[in-house]
Amino acid sequence: MYRYSDFDDAFVRERVAQFRAQVERRIDGGLTEDEFKPLRLMNGLYLQLHAYMLRVAIPYGTLNSGQMRQLAMIAERWDKGYGHFTTRQNIQFNWPRLADTPDILDALADVEMHAIQTSGNTIRNVTADHFAGAAADEIADPRPVAELIRQWSTDHPEFQFLPRKFKIAVTGSPNDRAVTRAHDIGLRMIRNEAGEAGFEVIVGGGLGRTPMIGKVIREFLPRTDLLPYLEAIVSVYNALGRRDNKYKARIKITVAESGLDEFRSRVDARFRQLRSHFRGADQAMLERIERAFAPPAFRSAPLGRYEIVQRTDPAFRSWTDTNLAPHKAEGYAIVTVSLKAHGATPGDATSGQMRVLADLAERFGHDELRISHEQNVILPHVHKSDLPEVHSILGEHGLATANVGLISDIIACPGMDYCALATARSIPIAQEIAQRFDELKLEHGIGELKIKISGCINACGHHHVGHIGILGLDRAGVENYQVTLGGDGTESAAIGERAGPGFPAEEIVPAIERLVHAYLDLRNGRQESFLQTYRRLGIGPFKAALYPERVDANAA
Amino acid sequence: MTILVTDSGFHTEERAWDFRSPDQLPVGQTGLAVELASDADPTTLSDHLQTIDLIRVNFPEFADGRGFTIARVLRLMGYSGRIRASGHVIADQYAMARRAGFDEVEIDDEIAARQPEEQWLRRANWKSHDYQALLRA
Repeated sequence: MYRYSDFDDAFVRERVAQFRAQVERRIDGGLTEDEFKPLRLMNGLYLQLHAYMLRVAIPYGTLNSGQMRQLAMIAERWDKGYGHFTTRQNIQFNWPRLADTPDILDALADVEMHAIQTSGNTIRNVTADHFAGAAADEIADPRPVAELIRQWSTDHPEFQFLPRKFKIAVTGSPNDRAVTRAHDIGLRMIRNEAGEAGFEVIVGGGLGRTPMIGKVIREFLPRTDLLPYLEAIVSVYNALGRRDNKYKARIKITVAESGLDEFRSRVDARFRQLRSHFRGADQAMLERIERAFAPPAFRSAPLGRYEIVQRTDPAFRSWTDTNLAPHKAEGYAIVTVSLKAHGATPGDATSGQMRVLADLAERFGHDELRISHEQNVILPHVHKSDLPEVHSILGEHGLATANVGLISDIIACPGMDYCALATARSIPIAQEIAQRFDELKLEHGIGELKIKISGCINACGHHHVGHIGILGLDRAGVENYQVTLGGDGTESAAIGERAGPGFPAEEIVPAIERLVHAYLDLRNGRQESFLQTYRRLGIGPFKAALYPERVDANAA
Repeated sequence: MTILVTDSGFHTEERAWDFRSPDQLPVGQTGLAVELASDADPTTLSDHLQTIDLIRVNFPEFADGRGFTIARVLRLMGYSGRIRASGHVIADQYAMARRAGFDEVEIDDEIAARQPEEQWLRRANWKSHDYQALLRA
């Protein structure tokens, strides 16, 4: 894993000192709330419905055990004993006091972490495939590139006051687990016909109130051109992006309004100016970072009790079926620890659970942890012979839920329980769906099904790319939930189609149940997933299941 | 009254400039001063760079960051004269302004009263802790 250089450490300490002074100036009146706002946002501090919220970056989702223990300590000492992992590989603390936040940032700096640029109209925490460095299907580990981008974008003088926030994601696998096509810039690590390493550059994707799938602006960008090319894109966007209407200020609108070709030619012109300013220091830094991400020393060992326990313990068997992914090293598995116990708040972990995960990483996982955009925690490198013990320890702490990729593994934004922007609750809907399908004992039979819930049109819960998306709105003071179908956040990305009128809170879970029963009736056997069935049949039969009274009315 | 902020603190304007808009630059004169709005395209000045001594870039509000790109582009075009940020710029943006290519910031009395010299001087160390300096060489 990357460790901070003296430069990184001094930088983060200096930022904490600046922020401490800014907080003091806010408290004594030297800064107006208007002026303080962008400064606190640059340091991850939001003002939410009930309290301040501090959003801490977990760059490219990678943590070691010491960092996870520090998050546990922060949750206990300055918050209410838990944290919330988000869809952007961040952790949010929901109840800090303003005066404590400089101390929290100091505690983060002690373990090489920060909350810089986790909010505000700037380049946000860079995200990456949560299986990076472990996945069997990976071409290259995206984290060194993500770390290079973290350094380049941190405190970038030109880009601290962009028209709107700006999100970059990187994947090193053809199977896109980083939702690169729904980011302002998505980078896919590829090789060209000559075998040279580079990137496919995707621009202008995004969810929110105007969901768009990103467009390829450059089919093959040589690896050495990455920073000047990224800088050219963001620089053109900074000059061109709309500032008259925040809902039209994201780069997806800039690209759509300028046209991709015009936007590309402006980027190319700026790139030609910038190219000569990056003369190799960036590539030397990348090599240094790559050495830091050298794979751990995987061991070669027999599988021990793994296969026996798999045959004899149905709970373990079920968990290995859903929560493991193929690892590139012989004998290893990637373990996804579900933070979606039925009825729990998706993405929440208590300090106790964080410590258990840290201990497991240290004992069994080469000291590595990952946070996924699906709000789960990953032990990327576990030898299969250790899995029975890992599973049993997880079980003692409510962390062995065997539901990854299933209907109860729901992404949900914080919604009206926390968020100042929300128009409806998300968490209780996620909880009710999970509990209902657990009661029905149906979820393993349903198979892969991604439900994503947003509590407002800003779409933090990624509902547009859910196989089933749920969007909570406010209709004359009453929560109303719209359903979208057929969304997909992977390499075959698609925006879900709105099924029809929304449902009141008490009717949304039965509606989802009708939808799922329709799928079970319609599928060509267990092999055909919900999304495949939807793609084969279209929205018609699913609409009929959602709105049976309309079909009756038409028949009568 | 306006105040000019540089790395050494607050100063007063040393001379009166005759600021012109980019489409009204007289031919054959040198030592010109130009005023650019935040939505201006700095490349329109490309034929005049040798005749300009000072370019003032307006920040209508501190959250409008277009001026930072304007300064950067002027430097990429090879302009080596003075560039000044003016309008609603706050002390916390001083380091960004200097790194983006500005030489100085012009503020009014109201901002100077709320954000006294010492707050600006605190960011005069803008050459330290600069990731760009690590990566651009």
